Amino acid sequence: MLLHQFFEASVERHPEKVALICEGRRHTYGEINYLATRLAGALQHLGVERGDRVAVFMDNALEAVVAIYAALKAGAAIMPINALTKRDKLTYILNDARPACLLTHQALADVWREALAHNKSVRACLIAGESSTPAVSGSRRLSLADALALGGHHEKPLTIDQDLAGIIYTSGSTGDPKGVMLTHLNMVTAATSVSTYLGLKPDDVILCVLPLAFDYGLYQVLMGFKTGATVVLEKSFAFPVKVLETMVGERVTVFPGVPTIFSLLMNIKTLPDYDLSALRMITNTAAALSEQHILSLRELFPWATLFSMYGLTECKRVTYLPPEQLDVRPTSVGKGMPNEEVWLVDEHGNRLPNGSTGELVIRGSHVMRGYWEKPRETAERLKPGPHSGEMVLYSGDIFRTDEEGYLYFVARKDDIIKTRGEKVSPREVENVLYSLEGVLEAAVVGVPDPVLGQAIKAFVTMQPGYRYSERDVIKYCLSRLENFMAPKYVVVVDALPKTDTGKIKKTGLR
Amino acid sequence: MLDNFIMGGNADDLKDGDSFMERHIIDSTGFIELITFLEQSFGIRIEDEEMIPENLDSLNSIEQFISHKLKAVATAANK
Repeated sequence: MLLHQFFEASVERHPEKVALICEGRRHTYGEINYLATRLAGALQHLGVERGDRVAVFMDNALEAVVAIYAALKAGAAIMPINALTKRDKLTYILNDARPACLLTHQALADVWREALAHNKSVRACLIAGESSTPAVSGSRRLSLADALALGGHHEKPLTIDQDLAGIIYTSGSTGDPKGVMLTHLNMVTAATSVSTYLGLKPDDVILCVLPLAFDYGLYQVLMGFKTGATVVLEKSFAFPVKVLETMVGERVTVFPGVPTIFSLLMNIKTLPDYDLSALRMITNTAAALSEQHILSLRELFPWATLFSMYGLTECKRVTYLPPEQLDVRPTSVGKGMPNEEVWLVDEHGNRLPNGSTGELVIRGSHVMRGYWEKPRETAERLKPGPHSGEMVLYSGDIFRTDEEGYLYFVARKDDIIKTRGEKVSPREVENVLYSLEGVLEAAVVGVPDPVLGQAIKAFVTMQPGYRYSERDVIKYCLSRLENFMAPKYVVVVDALPKTDTGKIKKTGLR
Repeated sequence: MLDNFIMGGNADDLKDGDSFMERHIIDSTGFIELITFLEQSFGIRIEDEEMIPENLDSLNSIEQFISHKLKAVATAANK
């Protein structure tokens, strides 16, 4: 089974059914399939072959959904890239994974124009929101509308489920983002397990306010289309009241979120005025909900089932807490999902009994192929499993189990910060701080924050003669990092604490 | 005024009517900070139902919204 074949099966079943609602417009399964097949033909016409990568640097929009299925239909692996990504990082990602094609929006031109100027791999850049591009010989740019006109012929590639379906970039502790390679088998396995335990149904209306570049957002579309449900795709949760109106109007049944989104939601005083009686399921992952959040959510939506879950991009999802366990062990993220085995190990890799604390190890067909062209980082995560010839995933997350084997998150093994449900490498932020003229030393830590989970706080020392305000430093970071990666607080200090060997010591920095 | 909220990078040639969202000038949590900033700077209260793109998603819409709010405050004070 290939990832897009789920969607194609739903198209066969009900081409007239609404698959996607976006910006008030409704798109049927048949329409999306027509556009995706046509675009797949265009990608092939432009030279995209089986095994190539296709980067999708877009906001949540119809075009992004079409681009994802078109790339898969052309035999390529999708690389969804967050629309908040800045020039330097986009350049890095494009040069790292060397996609053959980039699909993007005209509104993001400031970012991709610069990145493309430093990239040789992209043979075609297809731009949504640009009416038509004058044909300039040698130019790689083409409007999406003009590209679609080229897609008269689509040839089914010879893709098998061992081929890559996606490369999703994630923050690495070294500071350089890593491309998580996921095969069709990996993604099909994850989508099947998750939609099974959630019990998604064809009459579900699934809200997606999470970016499609984030696997949690991407899978709302993948699983919704697999189930034959309707997905309501929103650009973001920036205007919660607007989203609530849409939820009421479309009678949304499934609301996937992260703690930050639920915080914003619960701050709306007029929330009880909105008729959300159709809502039957709320899911949370990326960061744990506090007990207080769980209580408030259940008070606000007593008719909806709440799923607490845990996952990582390297295998998509790991655990979920069966909703009936929420009263018994509210802070647990549950147990392994269907068709997967998980356990804890000590520092020597020995399996630990229930009631222990150790690193979570994951075994299953959803575990990634590795990090794109990063064998050393891959070897740190994928290690030989209990059965000969098999690799299992070391999550880097420390958990404890209770006597019955339910899992509770304890801490990261490395110093990765979790803010707004996103993983942020302190090194990546520090690298940007060091690039600011006059910065002598930088140390970035996560501090507790009621809305963000953790907020990013930077401590810097300056060379003599340089002075920056907190806001100056934050703005500099914002121009180079995705918004969620920029520090919320910056403190200029005279000196940073050091270890005996002269390294910056972060313990105690708050 | 908005210097505090411009999320850098893409804002070099921001026009008064440009959507912050579309240009990725401000994101979800940025809007919350923007609302707090407007409330404190102008001594107004922004209600939940006023937190919509029509009021907040460009320099023009903010200007209109704030002057409308200030007029309402002044009218209420004169009564």
